[in-house]
Formats: sequence, structure tokens, C-alpha cells
Amino acid sequence: MFHSYLDNSLKFYKDRCINCKRCTEVCPHRVFSAGKTHVNLVYQALCMECGACALNCPVQAIEVESGVGCAWAMISAALRGRDMDGGECSCGGDAGSCCGMK
Amino acid sequence: MTPEHNMESSFCCSCSEPETACSCSILQTDSNITIANRIDHILARWGYKRSGHTVRPGLYRLGNPDANSPVFASANYTISFDTLRLNLKGFDAYILVLDTKGINVWCAAGKGTFGTDELVKRIESTGLSHIVSHRKIIVPQLGAPGISAHMVKQRSGFTVEYGPVRAADLPEYMRTGKATSEMRKVSFPIQDRLVLIPIELVHVAIPTIMISIILWLLAGPVAGVAAIAAVVTGTVLFPILLPYLPTQDFSMKGFILGGVCAVPFSAMYAQSADLPEWALAAGAIVPLLIIPAVVAYLGLNFTGSTPYTSRTGVKKEIFRYVPIMAAMTGIGAAIGITLSIFRLAGVI
Repeated sequence: MFHSYLDNSLKFYKDRCINCKRCTEVCPHRVFSAGKTHVNLVYQALCMECGACALNCPVQAIEVESGVGCAWAMISAALRGRDMDGGECSCGGDAGSCCGMK
Repeated sequence: MTPEHNMESSFCCSCSEPETACSCSILQTDSNITIANRIDHILARWGYKRSGHTVRPGLYRLGNPDANSPVFASANYTISFDTLRLNLKGFDAYILVLDTKGINVWCAAGKGTFGTDELVKRIESTGLSHIVSHRKIIVPQLGAPGISAHMVKQRSGFTVEYGPVRAADLPEYMRTGKATSEMRKVSFPIQDRLVLIPIELVHVAIPTIMISIILWLLAGPVAGVAAIAAVVTGTVLFPILLPYLPTQDFSMKGFILGGVCAVPFSAMYAQSADLPEWALAAGAIVPLLIIPAVVAYLGLNFTGSTPYTSRTGVKKEIFRYVPIMAAMTGIGAAIGITLSIFRLAGVI
């Protein structure tokens, strides 16, 4: 109940994994953990779909529809009749912003 | 906003960009954060000239580096660059500033401006391979959503080493040569949430004041104050209390916090003027409908500022809760307007 973040688009194909452990290094939420012959997907629900693991995986063992989880950007895109998934995070622009992180 | 860094005119690589003939010369920087830097950071936090807080992209010498010194990649947002050079105090290093259009590493990586192409381009345009003898570049971990380490290696010969999430961990990382699991984990502590409040407030300030004045004139001072209270609750209290609010969904957290905020206003309406009981009850319901919806909406919009909400989840939240927010606001407004009309018409 009231947990919309349990499921996400992260997919891990462990048979392709060459155990380079890059994903365990780049993931800021420890979604992957090191294993003997391949890494393990341990906390799927913590994934924020930033895409760092997939982009840094040299053998495409990870797939994720990366994007910024920003309601402001998605609602703005929807209101303008644009694709919610296409609307990119507008942080940095003078017109408005969703994120102000360092 | 860029402080004038001393140019080192003795060096210029084979630059191919005629207009920025000196973009390839090495700039000098240090670890001192001046008062001007601090003022710039405050202005950036308040959203003043949002894209204007830039550092010139290119290669910088921090201290007195030589061919063996480490190279750090950064964004050309003043706070990113200044945080890096401050935390590298006492180190001799090179800083390769990418052109991220004045946006921080994390957001720029999400957009791809802090990305493989830009990194490879900067390595080439600064002639980095002629300046250092090693082939390693330390990239902040939060830049990884834009950088493909193996592609950078293939295209530039440089090995990307991901440094810790926080620049404050760099001294220990440099000492041990390793980022611990703790250094690799992103957190969202109170100080990180507090610095985001000004920009949240700035975004909603003008419409809030306008709506507050209109409500004050149409429905009385309590309504005007309630509007401001709802917005302050959603933009100031919400980020502060975020981890303590029950449930995982930002909208639900907002409904709960907004519900608490609405209670005193509801009570005030319930025992206001000498109106019939049904009118008092109806009046008391209005803040209970509108304030939670407003706080929930503002809370939902805070998702983009946090380092942990996925797009899939946020989308689910939008479809799940925005219709409820709209319905609550609509019904609340309809009741409020009806009561005002009855009152003006002398029915009650």
C-alpha cells in the first residue's frame, strides 16, 4: 500500500555478466552486490533508474529505461501534450526546475 | 560568475577552436573559497540567474601538479567545481571541467551533458594526454549515469575511475585508493534537503501570494493565511520532515502532512460566525479537502529533487494520486464557492 516504487524497469541478465563489478561501483543504492561468478541483483526496489549500471556494463547484461523521476517534469510534459517519458528534467533552466541537487 | 583564474599563457596545445583560442591553455585555481564564491553559491541556491553560475570549461591546475598528478573531472557549475577544489585542499591535481551548461554533475549526467562525448572531447581539446604521463581520470560517481567508462577508454585511452559520491570523502579516497561501500551510497541528509528549500519556495512564491490575496478578499483572512500555510508546509516542512513522514509515496506523505496542517483551519471555520450548523460543517470540510491536496501536489513535485525516486514509480504516483488531488481541490472549491454565494445572497 502506498508504495509506488517497488517495481521498476531494471532487468539483469546474469548469464551475460562477466563479473567486472562495475555496476556495484556506480550504483548509488547498492542494488547490485558482488558474487562469485556474477553479481547479484539484491535490491531491485531501491533502483532509481539513473541508468549508470546499464551504461557502464561492457556486456549489456543490464537493461533499464533510464530517466529522471521528476513529477514536475512529467506533469509539465503531460500538460503541454507531450510524451511524459520524453519530457526531460528541466533543471538548470531559468523557467523552472525540479531538481536542485549538487 | 567565474572568478578570474590566472591564465598560464606559457602553454597552449594544438587547439582547433579558433574563437576560443585559449580554451586549451591551462587555467590555475586553488582551494580557497572566497566571499564572492559564497555569495555566488547563495544566489545559485535561491535560483537567481539559474544558468549563470558557470566556471569556464577546460583544464585547471590545482596547486602545483606534475605529469604524475591525478586528474579529476567536474561540471562547470560553480558549486560543483568549488566543492571539488575545496575538498582537494593540499593536493596537487588537475581538474578537467566539462561544459555542462552550468548544471551540477548529477543532473547533467542525467541529461547526458556530463557525458562520454563531452569527456572525450575535453580530454582531446585540452591535450591531456600530453600533460599527464598516466591515463587515468577520476570521475565523480554521480557522473556515471552519463559516462560509459569502457567507451571512454576505447575512444580516448583514458581509464575512468569512479570516485566517491561526496567530494568530502576525496581525501580518504586519495589516501586509501578505494571508495568504501559507504562512500558509494547516496544519502539525503537534512543539510542536503535544507539547501533545496529556497528554490522550492522561489518557484511557488508569486502564484502563492496572488492566490492568497484573492482568497483573502473573497473568503476572508483565514483563507488567505491557509493558502500560505499550505504552500509553506509543502515546500519547507515537507523536505525537512521527508524521512519521518509515513508511507513511501510522496503524495501520501503530503496528504498526511497536509491533513495535519488543515486541522487548525478547519477548527477555525467550524466555530466561526453564527451560521447554521450544516454551513459550519461544510466550511470546516473545505480546508480538509484543499490543503492536503495542495501539500500532496507540492510533495509529489519534490520527487525530482531527491536522489531516489525512479521514473516508473513517479509515473505510477502521478496516475494514482493526481486525479484524487484534483477531485479534492475541485470539491473543496465548489463547497467554498457555494457557501460564499449563499452568504452573499443572504441565504445563511
